[in-house]
Amino acid sequence: MKSRKISFTKYLMCYHVFSITGLPPVPSASRTGFAEFSVRERMREKLKAARVSIQNDFPSAEEAYKFFTFDFDSEAERKKTGIKKRNELNHEEEEAEEEDAETHEEGQEEDETVRTKMPENMQPRFLEDEGLYTGERPFVSPSNLNILENRILRQERWFGDDGKILALPNPIKQSLTRPPIFSLEEGIEPELETLYRKAIKVTAANQYLVGSGDFQGPFQLDIDISGLIFTHHPCFSREHVLAAKLAQLYDQYLARKQKNLTTLLTDKLHALRNAVQCSIEGGDAAAPKPIAQQSIPEYKMEIRQTRRLRDAEQEKDRTLLKAIIKVWKEMKSLRDFQKFTNTPMKLYLRKEEVDQRLDEKAYEAEIQDEINELLEEYREEYEKKMEEYKAELQEWKSWKRAQAEHTDEIYESDLGEEPVKPVPPKMVNSLEIEQQVREKVDSFRRKPGEPVLIPELVLSGSITPSELCPRAEVLRREDVKKRSSFIKVLFNSKEVSRTVTRPISSDFRVHFGQIFNLQIFNWPESLKLQIYETTGISSTTLLAELFLPVPETTVLTGSAPIEEIEFSSNQRVMLDHEGVGSGVSFSFEADGSNKMTLMTSGKVSNSVSWAVGEKGVPLIPPVAQQNTGIASALKSIDAIASIGTSGLTDMKKLAKWAAETKLDPNDPNNAALMQLITVATSGEARVPDFFRLEQLQQEFNFVTDEELDRSKRFRLLQLRNAEVAEFRNYKEVPLHEREISEKIFQDYEKRLRERDVVDSKHYLDARRAVVANYLQKVRESVINRFLVAKHHFLLSDLVNEEEIPSLGILGLGIFKLAEPKRPLKPRRKERKKVTAQNLSDGDIKLLVNIIRAYDIPVRKAVSKLQQPSKHSRSFNEMFTASPSAQSPGENIDWVLNQVLVRPFVEVSFQRTVCRTTTAEGPNPNWNEELELPFRAPNGDYSSHSLQSVKDEVFINLFDEVLYDVGEDDHERGSGIHTRVERHWLGCVKIPFTTIYFQARIDGTFKVDIPPVLLGYSKEKNLGNDRGYDSVRNLSEGSYITLFITIEPQLIPGESVREKFDTQEDEKLLQAAEKYEAECTSKFPSRQCLTTVIDLSGKSVFITRYIKPLNPPQELLDAHPNSSQITAELVARYVALIPFLPDSVSFAGICDLWSTSDQFLHLLAGDEEEHAVLLCNYFLGMGKKAWLIIGNAIPEGATAYVLTLEQNQYAIWNPSTGCFYGQFDTFCPLKNVYCLISCDNIWFNIQEYDSPVRINFDTSKAKLWKSFFSRSSPYPGLSSIQPEELIYQPSDKAAVVELQGRIEKILKEKIMEWRPRHLTRWNRYCTSTLRHFLPLLEQNRGKDVEDDHQAELQKQLGDYRVSGFPIHMPFSEVGPLIEAVHSTGVHTIDIPSVEFALAVYVHAYPQNVLSVWVYVASLVRNR
Amino acid sequence: MAAGGGPDVFLVSVSGEIESGQFPGLDELYCKFCFVYGQDWVPTAGLEEGISQIACRSDAAAAALVWNLPLDITFKSTNPWGWPQIVLSVYGPDVFGHDVVRGYGAVHVPIEPGRHIRTLPMFVPESTSRLQKFTSWFTGRRPEFTDPRVVAQGEGREVTRVRSQGFVTISFNVVTKDMTKLGYEVTPSDMESHSMSVTEGIHNY
Repeated sequence: MKSRKISFTKYLMCYHVFSITGLPPVPSASRTGFAEFSVRERMREKLKAARVSIQNDFPSAEEAYKFFTFDFDSEAERKKTGIKKRNELNHEEEEAEEEDAETHEEGQEEDETVRTKMPENMQPRFLEDEGLYTGERPFVSPSNLNILENRILRQERWFGDDGKILALPNPIKQSLTRPPIFSLEEGIEPELETLYRKAIKVTAANQYLVGSGDFQGPFQLDIDISGLIFTHHPCFSREHVLAAKLAQLYDQYLARKQKNLTTLLTDKLHALRNAVQCSIEGGDAAAPKPIAQQSIPEYKMEIRQTRRLRDAEQEKDRTLLKAIIKVWKEMKSLRDFQKFTNTPMKLYLRKEEVDQRLDEKAYEAEIQDEINELLEEYREEYEKKMEEYKAELQEWKSWKRAQAEHTDEIYESDLGEEPVKPVPPKMVNSLEIEQQVREKVDSFRRKPGEPVLIPELVLSGSITPSELCPRAEVLRREDVKKRSSFIKVLFNSKEVSRTVTRPISSDFRVHFGQIFNLQIFNWPESLKLQIYETTGISSTTLLAELFLPVPETTVLTGSAPIEEIEFSSNQRVMLDHEGVGSGVSFSFEADGSNKMTLMTSGKVSNSVSWAVGEKGVPLIPPVAQQNTGIASALKSIDAIASIGTSGLTDMKKLAKWAAETKLDPNDPNNAALMQLITVATSGEARVPDFFRLEQLQQEFNFVTDEELDRSKRFRLLQLRNAEVAEFRNYKEVPLHEREISEKIFQDYEKRLRERDVVDSKHYLDARRAVVANYLQKVRESVINRFLVAKHHFLLSDLVNEEEIPSLGILGLGIFKLAEPKRPLKPRRKERKKVTAQNLSDGDIKLLVNIIRAYDIPVRKAVSKLQQPSKHSRSFNEMFTASPSAQSPGENIDWVLNQVLVRPFVEVSFQRTVCRTTTAEGPNPNWNEELELPFRAPNGDYSSHSLQSVKDEVFINLFDEVLYDVGEDDHERGSGIHTRVERHWLGCVKIPFTTIYFQARIDGTFKVDIPPVLLGYSKEKNLGNDRGYDSVRNLSEGSYITLFITIEPQLIPGESVREKFDTQEDEKLLQAAEKYEAECTSKFPSRQCLTTVIDLSGKSVFITRYIKPLNPPQELLDAHPNSSQITAELVARYVALIPFLPDSVSFAGICDLWSTSDQFLHLLAGDEEEHAVLLCNYFLGMGKKAWLIIGNAIPEGATAYVLTLEQNQYAIWNPSTGCFYGQFDTFCPLKNVYCLISCDNIWFNIQEYDSPVRINFDTSKAKLWKSFFSRSSPYPGLSSIQPEELIYQPSDKAAVVELQGRIEKILKEKIMEWRPRHLTRWNRYCTSTLRHFLPLLEQNRGKDVEDDHQAELQKQLGDYRVSGFPIHMPFSEVGPLIEAVHSTGVHTIDIPSVEFALAVYVHAYPQNVLSVWVYVASLVRNR
Repeated sequence: MAAGGGPDVFLVSVSGEIESGQFPGLDELYCKFCFVYGQDWVPTAGLEEGISQIACRSDAAAAALVWNLPLDITFKSTNPWGWPQIVLSVYGPDVFGHDVVRGYGAVHVPIEPGRHIRTLPMFVPESTSRLQKFTSWFTGRRPEFTDPRVVAQGEGREVTRVRSQGFVTISFNVVTKDMTKLGYEVTPSDMESHSMSVTEGIHNY
């Protein structure tokens, strides 16, 4: 009880402070604080006083009397009976103060009783005294309370003798005391029988209910809807738009005119000036009155302000007038242009002539006044500044003097700052001011003598009849006629009535003129109007909803004004006639510039009022009466009930209500309200123009946001939580701020900064830098998408559950029981797969099994005969598989002369190198398993990180050469000194991601052997087994058989489960899905591709990518007479575009297909892009070409190109540019799944899918299942490829520069790799090599070997040269360096070795660069 | 930087044991445990993972399977976020003798130093359908979590359905070092100072 009282008084006092003080506003918090403080303080003082009196004063007579008569109130006495009268001692010190009697007595009483209930030596605390909020306790009668307290305090017998809590026996009687009930009806339980009761009106329905006790009958709200005016409507013609604008401007004009602020302000200005004049003059005449003198500056201040205001108003007037005239002119020109009139609007401009002379005089006088005032103003300012200046100067001078005195102690005074010598202020020029004023006045004031223009808008114009209008306009008018509209009235969001449907008139006004009488019981929660428009007969659309304010209780029917409420709708309407539509941009200009977009909008004129009853009593729910009468319990709790919803936004009302209902300011329930009220009542009582959720949040912040932002540790934690790439796996965030170095963020910030800055330094080529930048951005966005998707889980991500076995598998399972335990031919069992997440460094190993190699180049004796150079193979030669003609005689000769080659294989991965033993001969057999450790980037073994590993496995083939180094013969006798040299022969590169996705790679690969290997020859070794050779020699080159896998086997991550948005037809997509499902159900291992994802993340039907495109003209012109060479050249061009697997750039999330122009622009892409481009080129060259979706080694799932050449099919590998016949066994393409052309997809439904064993004739429906067939024909999908590819010629100068830079970098690198040896460069050899390279490019690396070697031999006769050219498409320098490093040229450590390195860059159109690097090592023959 | 005074990390040493389990109707169970902790935590000593012996029920102790598998591990950390959790998974043979999972459970290592006893309710994921339930019962390949650590994380749990299975009792002895020095208060202060600090805090506020 006490707490309530205190808080109320406190609260009231707060409010007194607020309401009484008329002081200028001071910060509210302090005042509240003060108020509360003062109350608390007063309480404390009183209590203290009481205590003091207890201790010091002797009891007065009255107290003594009270004590002895035991005149306590009954309650206190009853309390005491429960307790022993221990506290009698204190009673002689009953309180002295009369007014505090009750509180104190009770307090005293409580103190005592409390003391017995508290532990020893504890002071009782009263939380409410400390200003804390304590809720109200529920009422329990004091006697019960006492009984309970007594029981707890005194009686220890809670437990019975049996150790259980004391309890009474079960009070439920065993026998029934009530007679059983029998039902009258059969089959219904008597308890469930229903009885009829008369309905009672339920009163307490919701919080807005008023007058729960006395029901006063229905109240009435009258809603008058008089009409609707559209300020914009989709059917508006252009003229209507202008007319609406004009009308609006005119309304504004009228309103301004009515206010007439300009004149008002001008008058005020005059009055002020007069007053100033008077006081100055008066001051001259009589003694200067101090008051008048004092008020002059105030007046002046006022004048300045008024002048500024007036100028602003005048300017507004002027611009408004100008705008009106401008719109009118536009309208007139529009009418002239369209030759008909739609609106009856006309604007008259009435001129009011003025007396030229008088006007001019007034004008001049005004200007003069203003100038004078301004001058004065400036002068004042000048004086002020001058004074300041003087003061400063004085200071400076004194400092100077001091300086002069202490010349000896210069070093000391130097420490202080030397004051700058002040500059005297400048006085403004009066001419300048005049100039300024005149300019200003000219701009917005009427010129003297100019007539005053008064616009007048009339609706007297005539509208051109429909017969004379053009067709579009007639259509528009007819459309308007068809339209009509009505309004629904919603009370508390329920429709209560609606107006009749009225047509929209040609001037877009609708007249309703209906009054709705709403009989209501409760205070309205909301009133809403819905405006509907109907077009023709059927369609009805909701245009807008608008809320009507619930009227004040004083607004009664009859006196209520008609109000206009504006509405607007964001509906988009586009019309095919003159109507401008809504939400659609249109323009008045002929050229379509200056577009504007208007939304349907308008005004509803209505009025809402309370009805007046028969006896003149307003039928209003009794809110108003209750406000003045007794505060009902309900109202004091709910603010809305008492002041209405509209009152909630009115701070003053709310505050008043709060004061009246005596809200407890300490109750947390009221916290928001109290804060609002204190804010509102403190300063200006206005609603803030911002809206804030959780306005109390700020108080709960530990530190300010800025401080939080500054904290490095917090930032680190935040970035890690956001999974930013650099910090995702950051371990152990340091505990102290000081331990976090700025360096951690440097990389990240640098990346953020450079996101938009293209840094060409690292790329050697500005274009690639741009592309890299773009790719980086795409990658980031895709990765972000992936990161979001990663947090969506499916059951299968969390729970391993066996599939329900089908009958077949069950059957097999039974069958398996009968199988032999140890079969003679064991099958390879699937290894257990490991989820990548619980792996760490060193757990994963890469196993490379090198089995054998074929046809390795052999060393050539120096004196070897020149072989006739081979001719490039033609298509025919390949298919017929003719063994090369060589005479047996030569053969024998060759066998005898054979110089051994001692090849070995070295596998390098992540700079770890492993090698096999050395075998002998050109067809070695190693069968060795090499084990290489694998390290994931950042120690992150999640599948998504593994997918983005960019490392490649290099499998290098070397020849081990032994040289005798015995200097002289006598040494030879005692020991053998040999030096081992290794010569690089070729390599196979396999990206790690391929291994990761394929799980194992097993097959025979073509070794990438440089076109020229100095000192080696690639001979046809027809010696041993003819039958075998005849097959093998179909393809030239060396081959190596490998088996690569990862131990333990990793599960590749799944692609993102995300449905991409698309622009394809829904039917097509369904058909595609069905087709895919049918195909995969028959051949689950064959991939069927119908839709792919383009760069913007939309799925696109695959055939849209295939379209004949023009290859660069340069390539077509190179060999005009041989289509085959041209085709090869084109394929080479495509292969020269750098290869960049999507799964690396986009982390295996999704396979993105870019169109050919994007591909050429990015100059990077994976197999699909290469294949699509090549296929398009072949189509463009008039060939028959298809895209093959299939499986190849080592790429895995890939895309190849199939062409039909002279009734033979050729398979092109787009990423190498090689082609193979259909029956070529060394074709890397192993499985064919489907074929894609520009207008169809064929799925392979043949038994086999190896290209050798299938028929490529797509017309056979039994072999190929086509997507579009006769029943569902090709709908003619437009291609997403461009019409034509435009090639930019490459910049020759840049290419030459690039060439130089690459050469320099490579040379530096080689020197860097040989830190212990001197690296000498043989310039002569280098220049020779440089000379060869363009030749190689010209011949595409073929047929130059022998001439070349001969020439080199001739020129460098006394050197043993070993070297080779490396050819690569250019993307970055990194791969080039890697390639050179992997050849191990630098590993030769013969002291006298010399090196030669030449680089040649050949530019093809569109900046496709082919890079040749020729590296050679030279050892002088002795 | 270390010279700047004060420790850089705090240490939490956990010892104790996985005492016993109550799995009504099941016998011959063994359990595995592992610790799951945040990125800022590093185990400095002790075993992170372990596996117990197979325990059989006896007539003496009615329902308990006693493992008494000792735990002993020390962590160092810079951040209480990611406080270590122990994840338990219990396995045992079913009717046909297949080894199946009998329960997963996780609990945070107590943050207060001292001896604590925790009883972990255990649960197993449910089959998605009745047919699957039957086949999984028959084949002995019941649904399992892909990784027992799933039960220590909150993400993605909404897609699973589990059945409660039994209880495991673990005792922990926790010792911390340098936590107070670094400003982390884990020990409850005695009543008086506690209540005082509350009111003081409010006054300040």
